[in-house]
Amino acid sequence: MRKFTYLVPKTLNEAISMHTSYDGRTRYIAGGTDVLVKLKEGKIGPDYLVSLKHIICQDQPFLNTETGELYIGAFMTHRSIERSSLVEHQYPILHDAVKNIGSVQIRNVATIGGNLVNAVPSADGAIPLIALDGKARIYGPKGDRLIDLARFFLGPGQCEIQGAEILTEIIIPRLEPRTGSAYIKHGRREAMELPMLGVGILLSLDPDMATCAKARICLGVAAPTPFRALAAEAYLRGKSVTEDSLTEAGKIAAGESRVRDSIRGVAWYRREMVGVLVKRMGLLALERARNMELNM
Amino acid sequence: MSRDITFTFNGNLLTLTVEDHWTLLHLIREELGYTGTKEGCGSGECGACTVIVDGAAVNSCLYLAAEINGRSLVTIEGLAAADGTLHPIQRAFVDHGGIQCGFCSPGMIMSAKALLDENSHAAEPEILEAIAGNLCRCTGYVQIIESIKAVSGGEPEGPRVVAWRGDDPHPRS
Repeated sequence: MRKFTYLVPKTLNEAISMHTSYDGRTRYIAGGTDVLVKLKEGKIGPDYLVSLKHIICQDQPFLNTETGELYIGAFMTHRSIERSSLVEHQYPILHDAVKNIGSVQIRNVATIGGNLVNAVPSADGAIPLIALDGKARIYGPKGDRLIDLARFFLGPGQCEIQGAEILTEIIIPRLEPRTGSAYIKHGRREAMELPMLGVGILLSLDPDMATCAKARICLGVAAPTPFRALAAEAYLRGKSVTEDSLTEAGKIAAGESRVRDSIRGVAWYRREMVGVLVKRMGLLALERARNMELNM
Repeated sequence: MSRDITFTFNGNLLTLTVEDHWTLLHLIREELGYTGTKEGCGSGECGACTVIVDGAAVNSCLYLAAEINGRSLVTIEGLAAADGTLHPIQRAFVDHGGIQCGFCSPGMIMSAKALLDENSHAAEPEILEAIAGNLCRCTGYVQIIESIKAVSGGEPEGPRVVAWRGDDPHPRS
């Protein structure tokens, strides 16, 4: 591997000043499962790697019980999110996604923030967080800013992070009552694969436990960036959530996707599967919302 | 640049100087000379380089040597007893044909060990998840899964469910 100097800052400000002082010759590294692969392949060649691993920060998802907001530190590993029983029970869509990323070995070191800033169209971590209306907290030389994750991705490999900025945290707003959610990574094998398609759905129901009050349908690998199928969401709102209405929503979402042919799958198949999986995940989200209500 | 690091290697405290750009795999194989840990793909796909860092299975090919400072590292060489007696997982791989060419075995066994250290009663779904990041091109995985199952205590002892019909004097468990 090409030689570099490894810098280990303890605070965000220290990291940013290191990045700024060697501008253009540095690269941030957290878990390193993507950065080291790119380094070995010669796709990047920084003189300095600035580690974000030793910056003091939260190591567990934290729920603010006053505001109902969930805070997920960007440097948390997929494994620690997967192991959070809070996430498993209250945010199953996120649990579904992180437990199927890479392998145990990868999840033990790879971070959720790294998954997001890589901004690949197949980022499994992004889909559920967008469906949950998550916001990204970005810290940089000019201070802090918050941006909707739905607007975070600009194109394949491109996101809102500029220069020395660091994604520090994801904030999930309070869940509406009677909410269920689900995510599926669709591929040819169960592990160690990037998804051919990723489908995440969140449904909040009216007190009748049937009418859709709010819907989020978020798709991965169905366009250059993760995106929300807004027309399909609008169609579901106010309707009774049934197999029929979800089938129709699936058709609308399939029409909204900008799928393409790639080594992992062809466009027509991906489009068909958007329809199938939107319905399937919708039914699972409905079931989870009802079960959650029963267990309250 | 180089730096001094101190870590526990298979139970022994070690202090040495590493280069910043070394991977943990390079440190283990080329510098320490412990070649049980294999390099397969070098990009985190195959799991042949799996080692245990602070109790967690990681790909040593995607882990910087500098990051092992202050941590505990266990490689396949750390499993057998000093007199050569195999670790029960190693024994099971031999007994159940979990080893053919042997290249994936150290990684497989380290993944299995990380799992069983945490959950000594891992059932098949957990075993499948734990070795999902380890490729084997010989066995078809069946014997490997059998090997790990043989060491795992299986389902944890819980309240036993008894099927009993009122007219049956001998309830079967």
